[in-house]
Amino acid sequence: MNDAARLEAHLVGVVRRPPRWYPLAVAVLAGIAAWGFYAWTVQYRVGLGVTGLHNRVPWGFYIINFVFLIGISHAGTLVSAILRITGAEWRRPITRMAEVITVVALMTGAAMVVVDMGRPDRLLNLVRYGFGRLSSPIIWDVLSVSTYLVGSLIYLYIPLIPDLALLYERLDPNAPAWQRWLYRTLSMGWQGTPRQRARLERVLAIMAVLIIPIAVSVHTVVSYVFSMTLRVGWHSSIFGPYFVVGAIFSGIAGIIAAMAVFRRIYRLEAWITEDHFRKLGWLLLALNLIYLYFTFSEYLTIGYQPDEAEAALLQMLFSGAYGRLFWLVVIGGLVTPALLIILPSMRFLRRLATVPVLRPIPVAMAAASVAGSIVIFRVLGLPGPSAALPGWLSWEFLRWPLFGLGGVLVLSLIPVLQARLVTSLVIASLLINVGMWLKRYLIVVPSLNVAQTPIEAIAYHPTWVEWSILAGTFAGFALLYLIFSRVFPIISLWEVREAATADQPETSREGPSLAAEGGISP
Amino acid sequence: MGVMSERRSRLKITRRQLLSAAAAVGAAASVPALMARSRPATGTQQGQVSRQWAMVIDLRKCEGCTTINKSPQCVAACQKTHHLPEGQQWIRVVTERDERGTFFRPIPCMQCENAPCVQVCPVGANYHDAGGVVLVDQNRCIGCRLCMAACPYDVRVFNWVQPPNPPGAALATYSPEFPLPHRKGTVSKCMLCAHRTAHGELPACAAGCPMKAIYLGDLVTDVATNGEEVVQLSTFLSENHATRYKSELGTHPRVYYIPGHGEAFGRRANP
Repeated sequence: MNDAARLEAHLVGVVRRPPRWYPLAVAVLAGIAAWGFYAWTVQYRVGLGVTGLHNRVPWGFYIINFVFLIGISHAGTLVSAILRITGAEWRRPITRMAEVITVVALMTGAAMVVVDMGRPDRLLNLVRYGFGRLSSPIIWDVLSVSTYLVGSLIYLYIPLIPDLALLYERLDPNAPAWQRWLYRTLSMGWQGTPRQRARLERVLAIMAVLIIPIAVSVHTVVSYVFSMTLRVGWHSSIFGPYFVVGAIFSGIAGIIAAMAVFRRIYRLEAWITEDHFRKLGWLLLALNLIYLYFTFSEYLTIGYQPDEAEAALLQMLFSGAYGRLFWLVVIGGLVTPALLIILPSMRFLRRLATVPVLRPIPVAMAAASVAGSIVIFRVLGLPGPSAALPGWLSWEFLRWPLFGLGGVLVLSLIPVLQARLVTSLVIASLLINVGMWLKRYLIVVPSLNVAQTPIEAIAYHPTWVEWSILAGTFAGFALLYLIFSRVFPIISLWEVREAATADQPETSREGPSLAAEGGISP
Repeated sequence: MGVMSERRSRLKITRRQLLSAAAAVGAAASVPALMARSRPATGTQQGQVSRQWAMVIDLRKCEGCTTINKSPQCVAACQKTHHLPEGQQWIRVVTERDERGTFFRPIPCMQCENAPCVQVCPVGANYHDAGGVVLVDQNRCIGCRLCMAACPYDVRVFNWVQPPNPPGAALATYSPEFPLPHRKGTVSKCMLCAHRTAHGELPACAAGCPMKAIYLGDLVTDVATNGEEVVQLSTFLSENHATRYKSELGTHPRVYYIPGHGEAFGRRANP
């Protein structure tokens, strides 16, 4: 039995008999999503007044989520479409995961628009009056996002057809009727004849080409919602490409995280290899650097010769109310991930492991005990040695040895991560996604908080409703993704098999095979 | 009841004032000058005289109602006329500072000719009426708040919860010209008292200003009045070096400010 056949057996097994933890995971995620939905019903009944939004900061979490999720949706396009067009063979086991992210992220992202509306009952006004209002960036968004959703649904469905036929064929005879009906109907009589295959490849090639400009347009017009206004920090010609790059950046980080999760929960290590992570890691690094470059360029241009409002914005971002968040994003969400991505390639760092002081476990224990005592004495406010400390030994002074200890901890972790490429990349991806969510916060909220007229600035404090809807949205995202992976194979089986057959010399037509590149060899 | 009488009050007096004023100024002014100022009418409603509304705020006369020791009366009059929920302001008075010292600036909606809010509205709920006033149709607004993000003058307010309606509001027929009852989840703002100007009345803020600092003007007939005196709009603006707020943005506001520090009532602009 070759790799492709083993993969088929493995994933058909997941569909026939889901893992034991599956119902529990569904229940937990559905519970959180239901709580978020409840929070939305409260908001629907009372009005947006239950949020922390107000006339000075009329947009908050929902718009940030919208930008973030639409950004994540770019994972599918890039990994699947671009790699398909360029004939990158290693893409085969990860295209499906990427395409599902796109669809799920677009659905949850579009839901955010409805959640943000003051009058969701008038949603259809967008259709009734919208087509006469082509000057509105929101109508551009509606047209672009809905086109992208339809396009990516087709782009997800078409390569699913051969796998659906396979599932129907291999389904447990005792499987529920709906499941049989589902696979039979959706597979549309696929038999794998040469004519059908040729047609499938053709449609896929067309869709892969079509979907790329659509995806680019989507995040461009998402940025236009901001840049078409006269707000400081938004009114920028760089915003279109800046957002597109940010979207692909967080999208790749999203697919890396998803790969790690599915690899672990469905035991796919044999097919999703370290090589996949390494290659996506280089793409991620490229986008990371481009995003840093855009960020630098944007703020330098604003800040070099700022007018009053621009100076106020930059003051808020760099050192004012949002200063900590801004530098957290830059250091924690952009610079650190870039270092983590290149870490496994820097072999000379292995020597750090030989330095006696840098044993990670003792250092971590020391750091944890110091941090623990700080929590006990400082945060909980218990009386501690601070009262008895001599005057010069203040907390301000103690900060520096603490920073030093933190530095030693980081250094001691370097050789550990250096030897673990997947861990390193997954940490980078999570940092990037948190960072990119916060970056969108820093795009949306501070610009609204810059006074355009002499008016009292009011801070934005999200309420439990917004936090609940945020949690519910991400739970719903994970739920839809998980359900998909249980009902359909999360790896495109026929594409992997195609590569495996192409591997045999007598049928080789497509150049280097996946196995030859280390793609699917266990 | 209160609502209906509000719509009709002071109707005859003000219309007579305005019409006689127009005649007087028309006779005095040279016809070519008028022709040059006037704009083509964009539409005439039910036989009404077509107007292109504008507003002039004479900051020499505005002392923030500090000399009479009251809160700004234009704000109060506006809130009363429109039965605004507590704290909501469709016109607000801010303190600014220039080279000569501090001064007060009442900020109503600027009724921009090139209005960002109208451009960005996805459902056409923001629109210019025949007189050039930017109105909001709260029966159509979906509450996306892009217009609030787009407005450079911070004049738009959102009904975050259902605003309390005055007694009798249920009897009022909603129209963008007189937006009552208030609508939850929609945007509202100053609409230059379209319900009053249609009957030849001054906007509530202008009528309520004890210093008569606010003038309603018509670009077609080139006339402006504060209810006390009548001026030729173009001359009044040019002779007093009128400016428009943030005119560099290209929004073409219909509200003009005559620079000043409330000195007409003895206010000192000392920094």
